[in-house]
Amino acid sequence: MSLIRLEQISRRYEMGSETIHALREVSLTVDRAEYLAIMGPSGSGKSTLMNLIGCLDSPTSGKYELNGVDVSDMDDNDLAEVRNKEIGFVFQTFNLLPRASALHNVELPLIYAGIPAGERRQVAIEALRNVGLADRMTHKPNEMSGGQRQRVAVARALVNRPSILLADEPTGNLDSKTGAEIMELFETLAAAGHTIIVVTHEEDVAKHARRVVRIRDGLIASDERVSR
Amino acid sequence: MRFLSEALESLWIAWDAIRANKLRAGLTTLGIIIGIVTVTLMGTAIQGLRRSFTQSISMLGTDNLYVQRFDWFINSREQWMEQNRRRSINVAQFREFERQMVGALAVAPEAETFQPVRREKRNASSVRVVGTTEQFLLTAGLTVAQGRFLTREEARGGRPVCVLGASVADSLFLHGSPLGQRVHLGGRPFEVVGVLDRLGEFLGAFNLDNQVMIPLEQFRTTFWHDPDLTIQVKAGAVERLDEVREEVRGLMRKIRRVRPGQPDDFAINQQDQFLKTFNRVIGTIASVGLFITGLSLFVGGIGIMNIMFVSVAERTKEIGIRKAIGAKRRAILLQFLIEAAAICLFGGLIGLAIAWPVTLLLQRVMPATMSPLIVSVAIGVSLLTGVVAGFLPAWRAARLNPVDALRNE
Ligand SMILES: Nc1ncnc2c1ncn2[C@@H]1O[C@H](COP(=O)(O)OP(=O)(O)OP(=O)(O)O)[C@@H](O)[C@H]1O
Ligand SMILES: [Mg+2]
Repeated sequence: MSLIRLEQISRRYEMGSETIHALREVSLTVDRAEYLAIMGPSGSGKSTLMNLIGCLDSPTSGKYELNGVDVSDMDDNDLAEVRNKEIGFVFQTFNLLPRASALHNVELPLIYAGIPAGERRQVAIEALRNVGLADRMTHKPNEMSGGQRQRVAVARALVNRPSILLADEPTGNLDSKTGAEIMELFETLAAAGHTIIVVTHEEDVAKHARRVVRIRDGLIASDERVSR
Repeated sequence: MRFLSEALESLWIAWDAIRANKLRAGLTTLGIIIGIVTVTLMGTAIQGLRRSFTQSISMLGTDNLYVQRFDWFINSREQWMEQNRRRSINVAQFREFERQMVGALAVAPEAETFQPVRREKRNASSVRVVGTTEQFLLTAGLTVAQGRFLTREEARGGRPVCVLGASVADSLFLHGSPLGQRVHLGGRPFEVVGVLDRLGEFLGAFNLDNQVMIPLEQFRTTFWHDPDLTIQVKAGAVERLDEVREEVRGLMRKIRRVRPGQPDDFAINQQDQFLKTFNRVIGTIASVGLFITGLSLFVGGIGIMNIMFVSVAERTKEIGIRKAIGAKRRAILLQFLIEAAAICLFGGLIGLAIAWPVTLLLQRVMPATMSPLIVSVAIGVSLLTGVVAGFLPAWRAARLNPVDALRNE
């Protein structure tokens, strides 16, 4: 059974009289432990696809099965639950809570999962340690470098042991050296059996992946496995 | 469990948000502060008034009836004119009443005049002199501190004896016991046979210890042969009051020969008339206070709502992040409701802190204390204002679409 199964997914935006087809009947399956890159020019629908896979958004038409469960018609609250349990997000702009410490940021998904405080702390500390930030727990985001912030975001994404790690331009706001460090981290995670989907338009980033999906104008243009 | 951790997280957020915007939160709470100060002071004042009032009227006796020419509370000029034309209640009527009345525990006449009381060179001016019988001890619920009250024989025969109120005894007898001594009333000597226990003041105006009791017959020979009497009737139990009242009414009508169909030409007063009037006054005060409170809480609530809309707008991105991470609508709703409630609670506490010293000032004029009840009402009201005012902004936040919210900068 595939982890992700998209069947003829469309996403349209109504802008007044105009209809924008961000995705046109896209079908895609992703298996467990795959490391996949989504590439394409700006405005091609990469983020739209990411948001659908991440259950942040619902398709206008089509069917999406995640882990064998149809999530295309779920309501806001059920989707929140799915995001909490199945998805870990890493964003281009980190999206950490600025006034909360690294540890608190990482604890957030556990809070919404209802994990008791003691256990929560343990798990969050462990997650931060895994991304090499054991000594930055009490730091606020603005007291850390971009690379460190992105690591906190990765720790937060992984803390609930999700099925998928989704990253939208994770290196977009980092210099090439720090970006490479993050990609190395992804490499280790992939080797450890995590399912990773990265949206990027940098070939350097995409070459880490084992499979590259290219989209153009809301359609899948190519889907190739990279043998390494 | 999940709800608890969400609620705790919400508390943390609220605390953090208020700390980050101290001045804004402080200014916003002004309406709440004013509302809470009014509600607290109102409540405290009303409780204080009620306490001192009930203390005062308890001496009227809950099971007592006062048969008199005038009603205690006259509502119109016509009523006053009508009652002014009534015949007085004279001694013969009282005797007849006393003889025939069966349902009461005790019946006593009360004739009063204000006179100076002298002893040697000392003088107490304008003392309330009451002419009555031995039954007065029961009907008025008096207790004797020294000596005894008037006896049945004294009340009948009219030997010149008297019982002093505590203040009168104090001012006339600086040293030594007044018992067996003489005082002069209306130029005639009276032997002191007893001194009453201290009673205090009635409604903060009238000193109940500034009285002297003498036998009715002595009152008549010394001051006024045909006084207008009040007849005090003690039913013995509150439950019997209505029954006794009916008997009193029938008997008085018979004695005063009121024809059937004619209205009573006398009044039967009782304590709860005071209570009713008092409650009416208190009700007016309370509704004025409630209006001010309601108005300032309303204005305050609008302010809170406004500031919460600002807060939601400012933190759209944060809401997006939280939703992406798995916060349900409920969690976001709770977060902003708790923030609004916390701001209002903060205002409520400031309000209480302001009201407290004012209560201490109030204590100089009435037995006012800020009771736990009032404090909890104040806290409850401020929390409620927060929840009501915060609901709309919180609801809007909870329904935000995560993708749109995340795109917000
Ligand atoms: N909320 C929206 N309302 C209207 N149109 C939208 C909305 N979100 C996206 N679109 C449109 O959908 C199309 C796909 O957008 P999307 O954000 O997926 O592009 P992208 O591939 O991620 O581009 P980039 O590389 O610049 O991030 C674009 O034409 C965009 O204008
Ligand atoms: Mg994009």
